[in-house]
Amino acid sequence: MTTNTPIAAKEERQERLDRGIKVRTEGLYALTSWREMSYLLAPRALLIFGLLFLPLLMDPYWQRVVCVAAVYALLALSFDFLAEYVGLVCLGGAFFIGCGGYISGLLNHHLGWSPFITIPIATIAGAMVSTLILLPCLRLRGVYFAIVSFMFPMLTVNIIVALNVFGGTEGISALATLPNIWFDQYIVIAVLIIALFVMRRLVNEDIGLIFRSIKDNDQAVRASGISITLYKIKAVFIAALMGCFGGAYMSHQYGWVGISLFAMDFSILPIAATVMGGGGTLVGPVLGALLLTPLSEALRGFGQLRVVLYCLILMGFIVYKPEGMMNYLQRKYHQFEHWRKV
Amino acid sequence: MMDILIYGTVNSVTFSLIAVGFTLVYGVSRLPNFAHGALYVLVGFMTWSFVNDLNLYYPLAIIISLCIASLLGALIYRLVLIRLRGLPTSEIIASFAFGLIILEGLRLQGIGGFKGFIGPFYVLPAFVDAKFRIAGVLIDAQRLIIIGGGLAVVILLWLFTHYSKIGLSLRAIAQDEQAAMMLGVDSDRVAMISLALGAALSGFAAVVILPLGNVTAEAGYRVLIYALAVCIIGGLGSWGGAILASFVLGFAMILSTSFFGAVWESVVLVGTIILILIFKPSGLLGKQKELEERV
Repeated sequence: MTTNTPIAAKEERQERLDRGIKVRTEGLYALTSWREMSYLLAPRALLIFGLLFLPLLMDPYWQRVVCVAAVYALLALSFDFLAEYVGLVCLGGAFFIGCGGYISGLLNHHLGWSPFITIPIATIAGAMVSTLILLPCLRLRGVYFAIVSFMFPMLTVNIIVALNVFGGTEGISALATLPNIWFDQYIVIAVLIIALFVMRRLVNEDIGLIFRSIKDNDQAVRASGISITLYKIKAVFIAALMGCFGGAYMSHQYGWVGISLFAMDFSILPIAATVMGGGGTLVGPVLGALLLTPLSEALRGFGQLRVVLYCLILMGFIVYKPEGMMNYLQRKYHQFEHWRKV
Repeated sequence: MMDILIYGTVNSVTFSLIAVGFTLVYGVSRLPNFAHGALYVLVGFMTWSFVNDLNLYYPLAIIISLCIASLLGALIYRLVLIRLRGLPTSEIIASFAFGLIILEGLRLQGIGGFKGFIGPFYVLPAFVDAKFRIAGVLIDAQRLIIIGGGLAVVILLWLFTHYSKIGLSLRAIAQDEQAAMMLGVDSDRVAMISLALGAALSGFAAVVILPLGNVTAEAGYRVLIYALAVCIIGGLGSWGGAILASFVLGFAMILSTSFFGAVWESVVLVGTIILILIFKPSGLLGKQKELEERV
């Protein structure tokens, strides 16, 4: 496979070729030697063990940040899945967080159930609720869906404040918290790793093929007798599962739910992470979130500066490096390039 | 009864003033300008600064800040959006990021002695401080100016797009980009002009509407949401639809406020949007007849 990139200078062009080892590892030949196997396993092992060892290296304050970063990573994963594989640009990631958070908070507060019951229930129920609410706009595509999904979290905040339900502006406090910080971190990291690998598998299954074809040409999918709305519902449900788990988890981590669960941060940071990490790679957004969250945490003292800063990063990447980090790294890993006289 | 009619009209004209800039940009160049709300707030703060810090004459301050806003609109296009045309996702994200930079930048504190625009201290003076009684309803002059301003904007825009060369090229691009480009209309230039015009319109909405209350950075998000709501209900890119939708929303909100109380405003907003999306996804006067098939 050769990919040629025309460049501005006319005498030379850049030629990219797949590395031999990449081609060898594509089939059964991957099992021929340790070198081939480690070529395949090294990046994955690096990611998994990196994530697992992360909490051990941190002091207690940064361990909290690890938890938040993992939640953002889940959100970024769901944004990337919806935008790049189904073609639904969901600007309302905060809506998922809010749904999950409020459901588990309400269950814990009113019924007194323990977090181990409320988090799974809130994950599934929250995903159902958010899918149901997004249902009317699933017929929309592109800009329309983005606009409507962007409005929902903000309007929900308005409604909660205006009707003074679910604790109004105060929120609900004194929820049960998770046992200890180690459990806190490893539960969310485990979920993140599982979600990441499940999503990678999912997009290569048959259902993933349908998702991608909905993005590319939904009329062709309809012509094949497949209901696109049904599959969009499934996709939004899957994405919402990740977001709602994040919300439910956060509500018990902080022991508090409030309207800040619908805050803009939850919508904009995952997008920045996806753009920075490389859309369509699924791993990229996770890495992007793990880089951006500590950065924004370090800038917490500067107030609004962090929002400005990650918007600048976002714009810089989207304009100058739209492929993102992960696509770039993957290219370097799998291919070598050289300049060639024309 | 009469007051519902009058205040409903004021409300509706407010909505159309807010939305007209957004729908103009989208209608002409298919660019969703998510920096719309930010430009609105920015004009408010700039005018306030010019009047209070530089002691400029109020109308002069307004004109300068409108010029800066339209320059910014053109810059957004020249620097950022021009590289992203045809990628709706990136357009939305980039313009939204630009808007957030403005909105959150206004609230930055302590950089270069900048205090940040936080708190309810920023009030633009009303143009005319008077109250009138129309058909037994007390109404202040600023609200009448809003109605007048709204009418003026609609009439001027109509004249501009029907009788001036630039306006005609805007409409040409909006109707058929390929044909217009064949006739020598520069699509990039028109898109830049439309963004500059859209920014100026959102700024105009700001200087007319903001004297009714405080200038706060948070208003930027609300304005963006209102503009989006009006455009979704009216049909993206349809000017008639936007005006019709602002009247629907304006009266729906006034009615819900006077019969059920002010808290139901957002519920009505969401409800209207969801109803419209269920029954007519392309909006009231949307041009995309088969929206679920092609957007």
